[in-house]
Amino acid sequence: MSRIITFLILSAIVLYGSGTIDGEIQKQDLNMSAIVMFLIFVGATLLITYWAAKRTKSPKDFYTAGGGITGFQNGMAIAGDYMSAASFLGISGLVYLKGYDGLIYSIGFLVGWPIILFMIAEPLRNLGKYSFADVASYRLRQTPIRTLAASGSIATVILYLIAQMVGSGKLIQLLFGLDYEIAVILVGILMILYVTFGGMLATTWVQIIKAFLLLSGATFMAIAVMLHYDFSFNALFSHATELKGIDIMSPGGLVSDPISAISLAVALMFGTAGLPHILMRFFTVGDAKEARKSVFFATGFIGYFYFLTFIIGFGAIVMVFQNPEYLDLAKQAVNGGSPILGGNNMSAIHLSHAVGGDLFLGFISAVAFATILAVVSGLTLAGASAISHDLYSSVFKEGNADHDAEMRVSKIATVGLGIVAIIMGILFEKQNIAFVVGLAFAIAASANFPILFLSMYWKRLTTRGAVIGGSAGLATAVILVILGPIVWVDILGNAEAIFPYKYPALFSVIVSFVTIYIFSVTDSSNTANDERELFEAQFVRSQTGIGSHGATEH
Amino acid sequence: MKDELAEKIKANPDYQKLVKTRTAFSIKLTITMLVVYFTFILTIAFKPSLLATPLSDNSVTTIGVPVGIIIILFAFILTGIYTRKANTEFDDLNNKIKESVKDM
Repeated sequence: MSRIITFLILSAIVLYGSGTIDGEIQKQDLNMSAIVMFLIFVGATLLITYWAAKRTKSPKDFYTAGGGITGFQNGMAIAGDYMSAASFLGISGLVYLKGYDGLIYSIGFLVGWPIILFMIAEPLRNLGKYSFADVASYRLRQTPIRTLAASGSIATVILYLIAQMVGSGKLIQLLFGLDYEIAVILVGILMILYVTFGGMLATTWVQIIKAFLLLSGATFMAIAVMLHYDFSFNALFSHATELKGIDIMSPGGLVSDPISAISLAVALMFGTAGLPHILMRFFTVGDAKEARKSVFFATGFIGYFYFLTFIIGFGAIVMVFQNPEYLDLAKQAVNGGSPILGGNNMSAIHLSHAVGGDLFLGFISAVAFATILAVVSGLTLAGASAISHDLYSSVFKEGNADHDAEMRVSKIATVGLGIVAIIMGILFEKQNIAFVVGLAFAIAASANFPILFLSMYWKRLTTRGAVIGGSAGLATAVILVILGPIVWVDILGNAEAIFPYKYPALFSVIVSFVTIYIFSVTDSSNTANDERELFEAQFVRSQTGIGSHGATEH
Repeated sequence: MKDELAEKIKANPDYQKLVKTRTAFSIKLTITMLVVYFTFILTIAFKPSLLATPLSDNSVTTIGVPVGIIIILFAFILTGIYTRKANTEFDDLNNKIKESVKDM
């Protein structure tokens, strides 16, 4: 194990080395301070992985870090999962571009959390063991429900992975001067290492460290910006409006009509409550009390983070926009305006240079890279547990898999997902992937969430209703995204979208709930009646935690 | 969970009280959050000019900015309120229920 790690550290250094040699294709100069800081991060996380590997023996260790994470730690890790590089760079980029609209977007990402706490967290922790499919299939038929839940999980995970991998390749290319393919492969290899050897324990700690670094870095940037304006928001805003016009202070075109606005809100709210890599974190804490604390801390960190990205976006308007140092002259010559190097999503990165020079640019670049690594690791672990725990152990082996075999399958699944992520990352390099995260949220909201929610609270739910309704929600989400403006018009080049809205969730969630309802209430088979009989005992456990894993054993 | 255990817990007045009060509390907070958020979103959809009003005559800061920040704070405070109540009051009740069936 330690020899493998040494080898990988060495190969990472070699990979970086090769990046320095063939420098002609680089868009950015090689960033030494970023590389040094990133190598420190990688070294530290590999040490953690080594430490965690010795403690990861059973499937319980692998999937849930043994259930011994505290509420505070888990809150930080959940926040870390949620604060991906896409949301750090994307939301600050959106604020930079459109001002106030960026805040609207981040509020949508946040408000799902209280709902998760009030409705989902506790029953989830009390009923489940390793994955949300445990809860959905608690009293329903294992094979069909697990298969559906695992498909929903794997679809969400792979879409999310594609978005992260493509983002990481481009980001690293820009920040570190590495080739796109090398960057993607490097991310894939490191993530496979963390997850296969260190399981959930390593993944959680990598996430915690990264969340801490990201929050510290963003805090520093926000304070540096506010210092220029004596901590007066109005002074910052008035300077920004002098440069970009008064419209950046009011809601703009992001949500133009009521249907889109509500549909986006539904996707963000219910989607968050159906993301498998977030849901699995609730099994890493000891009991419902810690699960609640996790959400409390996570909501605080995430809310604080969005507050910071708002300041950072405005900071970038005043310090990066029209600053000749960050101007993309080539692009300006063609399109005019004041485009910045690397596009709007790089505004936070340029701001880090504007406020803290090369050294701080290096730090933020390294943090952005670390963020990608941590998020893809969490995603891969969620995907691997859907494959090994839900599909292999519960469906294929009907619950009789021995621990060693299950562990082996989970590691093979991790490596497999890592390879898929690398290949997808390379294939999608030049593709427009704007729809990918939206689709992931739509699937989570319309397939995963309704099944999970109704299995917890609705007695009359049956296997037939859940399978047909969940599949219908999944299919509707996918079809509407394909027929919608982003894929049908922007990617496939058709003149007009068949489905006029960018966000399908409002429709696909309704389809899912209605179909589940119809096919459940009309189900009068014996198994359906048995499933309804089992609800009472399940509900008692979901409310009290009596009989749940790790809660009452000691 | 065995049926007899479930039956016994269900018959426990503490359990009935726990389910009743906690469910009511959760629903109340959920609806509060939804109302606040959807009021915000529907204002943006139907009457965005409301949020675009400057705070004062010589200010560029619009009402939308403090409103947005307050919604973020509000979401966090709601989770705090729920967590506090659940980790004390509801858990005390729950522990009594657990205590009453620990021999089963």
